[in-house]
Amino acid sequence: MARRWTNDLTRSDATPRSVYMNRRQLMAGLGGASLLGVAGRAHAQEELEPNSLEEITSYNNFYEFGTSKTDPKKYADQLTTEPWSIEVDGLVDNPGRFSMEDILSQFDIEERIYRMRCVEAWSMVIPWNGFELADLLSVAGVQDEAKFVAFQTLMRPEEMPGQQYPILEWPYVEGLRMDEAMHPLTIMATGIYGEPMPNQNGAPIRLVVPWKYGFKGIKSIVRITALAEQPPTTWALAAPGVYGFYANVNPNVDHPNWSQATERRVGGGLFSKRRDTLMFNGYEDEVASLYEGMDLTATENI
Amino acid sequence: MTFSQRANVGLRKVPSWLVYLVGGAIPFWSLYLAATGGMGVEPINALERELGELAILTLVIVLAVTPFRRLTGISLVMHRRALGLLSFFYVLCHLLVWLVLDVQDLGRVWADILKRPYITIGMAAFILLLPVAATSNNWSIRKLGPVRWRRLHQLTYVISVLGVAHYVMVQKVWEAKPLAYLVIILVLLATRIELPRRLSPAEKG
Repeated sequence: MARRWTNDLTRSDATPRSVYMNRRQLMAGLGGASLLGVAGRAHAQEELEPNSLEEITSYNNFYEFGTSKTDPKKYADQLTTEPWSIEVDGLVDNPGRFSMEDILSQFDIEERIYRMRCVEAWSMVIPWNGFELADLLSVAGVQDEAKFVAFQTLMRPEEMPGQQYPILEWPYVEGLRMDEAMHPLTIMATGIYGEPMPNQNGAPIRLVVPWKYGFKGIKSIVRITALAEQPPTTWALAAPGVYGFYANVNPNVDHPNWSQATERRVGGGLFSKRRDTLMFNGYEDEVASLYEGMDLTATENI
Repeated sequence: MTFSQRANVGLRKVPSWLVYLVGGAIPFWSLYLAATGGMGVEPINALERELGELAILTLVIVLAVTPFRRLTGISLVMHRRALGLLSFFYVLCHLLVWLVLDVQDLGRVWADILKRPYITIGMAAFILLLPVAATSNNWSIRKLGPVRWRRLHQLTYVISVLGVAHYVMVQKVWEAKPLAYLVIILVLLATRIELPRRLSPAEKG
């Protein structure tokens, strides 16, 4: 994979720097309007300076390679990502197998610079390359009865040593409600900084849902299934009541072991200051309407 | 001379100040590494964990001194006070990193102590350590008398259980290393339980 596919887009191609800078100035100007929401957005935009590739690739949660943050970088090079395909099945008109080649040629790969907020109260800003999950789902032809989408990670204990231990139920599974899956912010990521997805970040293809905690972003996906019922998800199985199906970033709902009100951006060094965590990780304007009428502090909705 | 006798002679030659110096330097070395990129891209968390593990490891060594002597004849007892005080020092450093570098807010620190069981337990262990550390000197042994002093220092057993519970609970899943520490500590404590001795025929009379 590393040699077969090279993305010729650079960061400045995907997000013209002038646009990015202008937006920043605009937001700085709006900051003066002391509406809380607007100020929050301004703050959010100003912080969208991506982490370095070194940071993004050396501090990961990918329990298939071990529970330490440094294990994925140490062990993920054992993973074979070629050939790779995703089985798309369930309530779709065109079930079948998508090879990575199909995927990379069929969908428009674009850059998305997103905040990434881990449930452990650290965060990064990551320039992903990918395409909207909605594009893949529309090719698959999701049927009307399908209300949820389930995802599954590769199960290969000989290359993923963490799977040899029952620390979690393997393979890792995740899920989204159909409207979340179809949301334009939800992407299938195939690279970072214009390079193919590093193994420790979920090569060759993973989910990114920027308003949810990082564990929803299931890595190294081999199967996507459209379902009528809500599918089980790995962390909710491991600790029900602690991790839920939705896992929306919410500064008002604590983890039992720590507050979610603040977070620490990785890369700030030994004296890095905590910053306030934003509702829906700063994507409130885009996604809050999905959850209208839901009590997001209720245990069944975490 | 047997091996254990030779070992004991060698161990007795190690001056206490050297144990304090080397042991006391470790957190400063870790701090230096954390500040200069030697502990990865998220040094606060790395340093916090490192110091916590160091404290529990040292506590295990302290608890092992007596069973190890019974088993092998090799005695580390002359260094037990230094090791115990070092463990306290590591706990103190661990706590300071959490307070100053990690949480950064005294109000939140207090809220966490009250609200989060694993922090409540860790803090209880620290508070119990205070009188033990404060009386780790000859003057206190004289002042308290050996019986009361010994009883006070048996708090170490409680502290070690609280400490390792804190370590197990902070993980998101049941991890092997903290559980291994838990088992080791429970085994070391079990060696302290005095089983009712079966009377020998001579004693039966």
